[in-house]
Amino acid sequence: MTSTAVEHETLSTAQAINRALRDAMAEDPTVLVLGEDVGPLGGVFRVTDGLTAEFGEDRCFDTPLAEAGIAGFATGLAMNGMRPVIEMQFDAFAYPAFEQVVSHIAKMRNRTRGRVELPLVIRIPYAGGIGGVEHHCDSSESYFAHTPGLHVVAPSNPSDAYSLLREAIASPDPVVFLEPKKLYWAKGEVALGRGREPGIGKAVVRRPGTDATLIAYGPAVPVALEAAEEAARGGRSLQVVDLRSIVPFDDGVVCAAVESTGRAVVIAEAVGFASVAAEIAARVSERCFHSLSAPVRRVTGFDIPYPPPKLEHFQLPSVDRILDAVDDLQWEDA
Amino acid sequence: MKSDVDRMLPSLEPVMLLDPDGRPTAAGKASLPAGEELLRGLAGMVAARRFNEQAYVLVRQGRLAVYPSSHGQEACQVAAAQVLADDDWLFPTYRDTAAVVARGVDPVEALGLLKGDWHSGYDPYERRVAPLTTPLATQLPHAVGVAHAARLRGESTVVMAICGDGATSEGDFHEALNFAAVFRAPVVFFIQNNQYAISVPLARQSIAPSLAHKGVGYGIPGEQVDGNDLAALLTVLSGAVERARAGQGPQLVEARTYRIQAHTNADDATRYRTDDEVTEWVAKDPLVRLETYLRAEGILDDARAAAFAEAAEEIARRTRDGLNRDVEPNPDDLFRFVYSRPTSQLVDQLAVVHDEMSRDALSREEDRR
Repeated sequence: MTSTAVEHETLSTAQAINRALRDAMAEDPTVLVLGEDVGPLGGVFRVTDGLTAEFGEDRCFDTPLAEAGIAGFATGLAMNGMRPVIEMQFDAFAYPAFEQVVSHIAKMRNRTRGRVELPLVIRIPYAGGIGGVEHHCDSSESYFAHTPGLHVVAPSNPSDAYSLLREAIASPDPVVFLEPKKLYWAKGEVALGRGREPGIGKAVVRRPGTDATLIAYGPAVPVALEAAEEAARGGRSLQVVDLRSIVPFDDGVVCAAVESTGRAVVIAEAVGFASVAAEIAARVSERCFHSLSAPVRRVTGFDIPYPPPKLEHFQLPSVDRILDAVDDLQWEDA
Repeated sequence: MKSDVDRMLPSLEPVMLLDPDGRPTAAGKASLPAGEELLRGLAGMVAARRFNEQAYVLVRQGRLAVYPSSHGQEACQVAAAQVLADDDWLFPTYRDTAAVVARGVDPVEALGLLKGDWHSGYDPYERRVAPLTTPLATQLPHAVGVAHAARLRGESTVVMAICGDGATSEGDFHEALNFAAVFRAPVVFFIQNNQYAISVPLARQSIAPSLAHKGVGYGIPGEQVDGNDLAALLTVLSGAVERARAGQGPQLVEARTYRIQAHTNADDATRYRTDDEVTEWVAKDPLVRLETYLRAEGILDDARAAAFAEAAEEIARRTRDGLNRDVEPNPDDLFRFVYSRPTSQLVDQLAVVHDEMSRDALSREEDRR
């Protein structure tokens, strides 16, 4: 912990990310922000608002509309002394950059035996719940989490959005920074500055509880917290773990939490098959088997393409679906 | 007066300063690189040819997993390195080990990828050579980024980014050219058009008047050059490098050359091209052409030629000796470089490997008793 007093402000998630970019750019002249519409417009979600005006066109700038080009260009910038932060405008629009991310950004350090580091951040506005039309609401974390060499981070609140992004920009490793679009406008108290406990690789218990553990990350965390609140009214005490960081994965905090309650439900918006939620369920089952009173349950998106806006509420994990899963955790045997 | 578009268009025929018989063309009579530059180029080509031959043998001896040879393309390989300053960068493909060696990288380290110990054998920052890239054209946007970063710092670095004819069909080729043009990045895109992408001939990649014509679509000047004429390559490439250095932005250069060997030792070129075609290109050999000219002009004598051959032999010897040494790869390395600090999961997984190794050692020990 730093000894300097930490300044607090109430900010939305979008504002917190903007502030993290600003503070990082002010501190380090090698931090560059680039992507589609991130310049004078300030990004389609206004996350980069004011950065070009404040730092000039060399530091925050629009690129041609080509995601592979953006990712590849940023790779070169990072190879040559810069710390680029690139924006992929929407989750599903990041797919053209997939080869650059998987074959080069993730592998450059390993390929060169640590000689070439790529300190770059790939910001991706991600996941659903905002009434977006097709290709604007994908949860693509599994693709990235499946790729060794990337850190994958998903904040669930403005304060984590700020601190995790500061950490991601300072990291010598490439970080995929997933910004839940649904939470862009959610406000919260944000602790500014650097020097707090590391968050990348560290899960946190958001809510204490004794009967079962809800494990979530990103946009699913507020839903899990709501479910825990609802369950408490019915007399059931649910613990909520917020991963914050998908890679590195915090086995320690997750397993300790599950062992303390003996029951677990994993919650994620993404399609469930071969997903991060599937991995968590498998890890918890392997590691906590003797503490478990019931099989680990998953509440995820169905195995379908992301629905159109009028149907998306069927896809998103809801409080009811979470509580139904909790009800299924073999309480009669207890 | 020429319009901007006209200025970006390549000449109708590839620039040639020495004809296949080693005689200066009309353009060559007007201007040729200095004799010392040409001698340096010849020395490089002799070394590159010998290196190609040595690597080919090392594959057959099982010392290299695979070798994509640049035999026949030595003029391109040498010129790409020779026109660069120390602070410049070279972005090679998997076929460009000879260029990497010409740039000063240790030949054994340059062959690291193809030897199979690791994915890249040399430190990219030491000679400013990016790792050999196996996916096509993906290194080109990296080259633009490196150039742009240097430009933001006010450095005079130029980046030479090599790709092949097949790579010009990839999306990254187009995106890289466009980024370089928009940001006016000091990059020379150097296409070695060796006529084939493995088996697929150029006509199946593009029906553009030439690959150099692709530049104009991005606002980049294009030029085509005889890829077996070192004099022409030095002139065209160094012009492009100096214009980029002077802040005039990127340029696209297409060299017309030919891959004399198959794609790799694993390929059978007789399935897609005729012996006559190969023979025709062998007659345009870049080494013979330059040597003929230099001898005719009295610039090259037997003593100098012998010295070049001896230096090439020395590189071959170092390559051979280095690759004949067995270095036991360390499995710890598989986990060491994935992240700046290994995750706890990687630490656990490495312990699994260690455990397997010690049990293997134990059972071997028991077998011996």
